[in-house]
Amino acid sequence: MSLTLARPKQTGSGRDRRIRLEQGRNLTGWLFLIPAALLIGWMSFWPMFQAFVLSLQTGRGTRLNWAQPLWYNYQRLFSDDIFKLTLENTLIYLVVQVPIMLILALILANLLNDRNLRFKGLWRTAIFLPCAVSLVSYSLVFRTMFATDGLINDMLLGLHLVDSPVNWLGETATARAVIIIGLLWRWTGYNMVFYLAALQNLDYSTIEAAKIDGAGSFRTFWHVTVPQLKPMILLTAIMSTNGTIQLFDESWNLTQGGPAYTSMSMSHYLFELSFQKNPNFGYAAALSYAILIIVALLAAIQMKVGDKRD
Amino acid sequence: MRRLPGYAFLTIAAIVSVFPLYYMVVSATNTSADVLNSRMLPGNNLWQNWADLTGAQNVASAMYYSMVNAVATTVLSLIVCSIAGYGFEVYHSRGKDRVMSVLLLAMMIPFAATMIPLFQMFAQFGLVNSTVAVILPAIATPFLVLLFRQSARSFPHEIIDAARMDGLSELAIFWRIFLPTMKSTYAAAAVITFMTAWNNFLWPKVILVSNTYQTMPMLLSNLRAGYVTNYGSLMLGVLIASVPTMVLFLVLQRSFAEGITGAIK
Repeated sequence: MSLTLARPKQTGSGRDRRIRLEQGRNLTGWLFLIPAALLIGWMSFWPMFQAFVLSLQTGRGTRLNWAQPLWYNYQRLFSDDIFKLTLENTLIYLVVQVPIMLILALILANLLNDRNLRFKGLWRTAIFLPCAVSLVSYSLVFRTMFATDGLINDMLLGLHLVDSPVNWLGETATARAVIIIGLLWRWTGYNMVFYLAALQNLDYSTIEAAKIDGAGSFRTFWHVTVPQLKPMILLTAIMSTNGTIQLFDESWNLTQGGPAYTSMSMSHYLFELSFQKNPNFGYAAALSYAILIIVALLAAIQMKVGDKRD
Repeated sequence: MRRLPGYAFLTIAAIVSVFPLYYMVVSATNTSADVLNSRMLPGNNLWQNWADLTGAQNVASAMYYSMVNAVATTVLSLIVCSIAGYGFEVYHSRGKDRVMSVLLLAMMIPFAATMIPLFQMFAQFGLVNSTVAVILPAIATPFLVLLFRQSARSFPHEIIDAARMDGLSELAIFWRIFLPTMKSTYAAAAVITFMTAWNNFLWPKVILVSNTYQTMPMLLSNLRAGYVTNYGSLMLGVLIASVPTMVLFLVLQRSFAEGITGAIK
C-alpha cells in the first residue's frame, strides 16, 4: 500500500516540476514580447481608435463637439473637390508606379541571380544605392534636375528632343510624371533586394530542369521562377501600395502639391488640414480614416488575388 | 554574346541609379548658376556653398538631433523587437500566435491614421519638441518583430536546450547565445531602422514645432522654401544629410543581404 502510493507521488512531483518549468518558460516568453506588444498597442491601435472618435467630431482647435449627424465629416469628404483630386493623384501614382517598379525589380533580380554574371556586387550596390538617400534629399535633387532651366531640359534641348524648355513642375501631367519617375528611381532597388533574397532561397534545380526541357529564358522566368516568388511579390506589392498611399515627402518637397493641387498626395492634404491654415482635427481624422480604409481594402484585394492558385 | 542584352540592361539601370547621386555630389561644389547651367564637372565653390549653407541654417545642430533620434530609435528598436520576435518563436504557444496576428494587423495601419491623436497625446504630456516624442512611436514595428521571429526559426533549439542544461537563465540564453549568432539579422534590422529614422520627415515635422530641434530632412526642406534657392548649397546640404546612411549601408551591405535572405527562408 505504502509502496504503491509512494511511486505515483514521486512521478507526480517530477511532472509538477516539469509543468512548473514549462509554465515558467511560457511566462518568460510573454515577458519577452510584452514591451513590443504594449508599444504597438499604445502607439498604433490606441491612436487609431482615437482617430475614429475624432472623426465623428467637429470644431476648431481643441474645442470639439459631436458632429450632427455623427458621420458629417465623412459626408463632407464626398463633396470635397480637393480630397477627390488628391485621391485621384494618389491612385494614379499607385496604378502607374507600383506595377512598373515591381516588374523592373523582378527583371533586375533575375539578371543578378545568374550564376555566371560578372561584377555582381557592383551592379547590386549601384542599383540599391538610391535607397540610402532620404526621401526629402532625393526630392530636392529631382527638383533641381527637373527645374525649367535645369539639367533635364538642357539635355533634351541639346539632343533636339524638345524645342523649348518643358515646365516640368508647372504642368499637371509632367509634375505627376516627375513624382512617378522619382518613386521608381528611389524604390526599384529596394524591392530588387527582396526578390534577390527570395531567389537565393529558391530551388535552383527547378530552373535547371526547365532549361533542360528546352524552355527559353523568358518562359523559364515566367512559368518557373515567378510562381515560386509569389509570396514575396505579394509582400512587396502590399508594402509598396501602403507606401504609395501614404506618400508625403515627395509631394511636399518635389512639387509642393502643385500646380493647383494636381500632384498633391492624400497625406499632404491631411497635413494641410491638420496643421496649416485653420486646423480642423475632426475633418482631418475623417480623411485619415479614408486613407486607412483604402489601404485595408487594397491589402485585402491583393491577398485575395495572391492566394488564388492557378 | 547571349548575355549582352542582360549586361546592357544592367548597365543602363546602374547608370540611371547612380547618375542623380553624381549630379548631387558635383553640384555641391558648383555655384548655383553653374548647377542650372548643368555643369557636370567638380567646381571650386564648395567652401562658399558651405558658408552659405551654415549661414542660412544651423547644420551642426540638425545633424546632432538627427543622429540622436536615429541612434536611439535603432538601439531601442533592435532590443525591443528582437526579444519579442525571439519570444514569439522560442516560447511558441497558441495565445502568442494570436497576439502576433493582431500585431501584424498594425502593419496595415497607415501613419496618417494615427498622426493626429499621437500629436494630441504628446502635447498633453508636454512632450512637444522632445526626443522622446520623436522616437517612441518608431521603436516597436511589427515588421521588425516579424523579421526576428522568422530568423529565430532557423536558430537550432538543441543549442537552447544545451544552454538550459548548463544552467543559463532564459535571458542569458537570448543575450549571450542568440544575439551574437544572429549578427546578420541585426545588421539588416539596423540598416532598415536607422535609415527609416534618419530619413523620417512627416512625424518630426509634426511634433518638432520649434525649428531649434529640427532634423536634417526638415532643414533641407526649409532651405528649399526660401525665396531664391541657392542650388549649390542646397545640394551640399543634401549630400551631407546622405553621408551617414550611405556609409552605414556600404559598411553593412553584406550582412544586410544575408540578414534579409536568412529571414525569408
